[in-house]
Amino acid sequence: MISTVLSQFSIPFLMGSSLNVWSEALAGFSLFGLPLGLVILAAIPLVFIALYSLTYGVYGERKISAFMQDRLGPMEVGKWGILQTIADILKLLQKEDVVPTSADKFLFVIGPGVLFVGCFLAYAVLPFSPAFIGASLNVGLFYAIGIVALEVVGILAAGWGSNNKWSLYGAIRSVAQIVSYEIPAAIALLCGAMMAGTLDMQQIIISQSGSLGFAHFFLFQNPIAWLPFLIYFIASLAEVNRAPFDIPEAESELVAGYFTEYSGMKFAVIFLAEYGSMFMVSAIISIVFLGGWNSPLPNIGTIALNDLTNGPVWGAFWIITKGFFFIFVQMWLRWTLPRLRVDQLMYLCWKVLTPFAFVSFVLTAIWEVYVP
Amino acid sequence: MSNPTYTVIFYLFAAITVFSAAFVVFTRNVIYSAFSLLFTFFGVAALYVFLSADFIAVTQVVVYVGGILVLLLFGVMFTNGIMQTGQKSEVFHIIPGTVLLAGIIGALLYTFYTSHGWMPSETTLQGSIVERIGFETMSHYVLPFEMVSILLLAALIGAAFLARFDKSGK
Repeated sequence: MISTVLSQFSIPFLMGSSLNVWSEALAGFSLFGLPLGLVILAAIPLVFIALYSLTYGVYGERKISAFMQDRLGPMEVGKWGILQTIADILKLLQKEDVVPTSADKFLFVIGPGVLFVGCFLAYAVLPFSPAFIGASLNVGLFYAIGIVALEVVGILAAGWGSNNKWSLYGAIRSVAQIVSYEIPAAIALLCGAMMAGTLDMQQIIISQSGSLGFAHFFLFQNPIAWLPFLIYFIASLAEVNRAPFDIPEAESELVAGYFTEYSGMKFAVIFLAEYGSMFMVSAIISIVFLGGWNSPLPNIGTIALNDLTNGPVWGAFWIITKGFFFIFVQMWLRWTLPRLRVDQLMYLCWKVLTPFAFVSFVLTAIWEVYVP
Repeated sequence: MSNPTYTVIFYLFAAITVFSAAFVVFTRNVIYSAFSLLFTFFGVAALYVFLSADFIAVTQVVVYVGGILVLLLFGVMFTNGIMQTGQKSEVFHIIPGTVLLAGIIGALLYTFYTSHGWMPSETTLQGSIVERIGFETMSHYVLPFEMVSILLLAALIGAAFLARFDKSGK
């Protein structure tokens, strides 16, 4: 959406094949000597998170879960309940900002902020299109894995600051889970990085482009790639605390986990962070294994479908579509699978996912070295 | 680095690092101290970025924020009643401490003034640093790298052994 707006006043950018033209043009833009472009550059992902979590995140999840359970979902506000989310936001805005008396005021207040910043920082290296990336780092993938650590601290601050045993339990479960599942997730992504031979997000995507469309994606490039793909998908579910790994907020045991005491806008920020990290992991999995902004359509004979559906605007369309597809799968699993127990969760991480991640790492290395 | 924006951002991060580090030392609340350490680590990571050492900056975040800080917070939170007891630490060794501080600052200033500046590196950076680091660890420094790996593996096994639930002892 943002990309189409941009393209209207910059036709050369639309056709330009060189990388990061939009973001570089924005970064160079300044008003009265102030680097306004850099601020806009950072604001675009923020607006994206807000818009997507209001529409697809909240409304979509309610509708999808309703249809999966043979219900109708929100129907009252607007046609098919479309305006329900706006009503919810208005309600959250008007709510009194309650801080419990015995809570640690400072940590209680900064917790949601740190949590959201942790999720938002990863958006700096997500390429939204061939022409747009917040910061083209040569350690992009490593950064995206590592910055999640800030979320962990935010969760601990929220859980401890609430001064509530359910919150603390939830926070500790959540942190134990995130820290453990980072290991198989990182090793699985390392397989993708090995196939690409770089950690730069844009370069990883470029090495998956070609006229055969989806056949160039890393998932279909080597017979073992489905294993790290699957491992990363499962581990990413645990990292964003989604079902079946939602024991940190297990409603039936812990009320709501680390955000039990939160209400009003602080609650909204925590949810914004959750939806933000859902899109982040979905975008990372589609970048590393499914070609990012590359079109999946192949060139068939003289019909150059792949060439027609590639470019800055199409790229934005493809990566957001792929991300939304994985978010749909996350929602689908949430309303299908029951929650794991704590010991089952740790068993799955350390005795199933980690060994298989190592196996896939070694097999990918062998494939990359010995198969031309 | 002549761009004024970068200069402003640099001093911002330097200030965050210094003030949060001071807060870590001076606060009497252990939890606040641990959370303040977060900002120190991030400030240091940002300073690494200003030195064009992106890889080290990210590694700093992964290792210190993701590993050590979380471990520290867990340790502090699980320690019973740490919030109730006010932390009273006596001032020990005030004379050796002051002498050491003055010595270090004096040595740094002496080096700075006798070498006329900060001694910038003579070789300039070219290409991706990550690739260079990878090649160097796997060729020149493969022996130290493997030794560190074995040391860490031994530490990991030792930790798992110590933490193991002893069935026979119950």
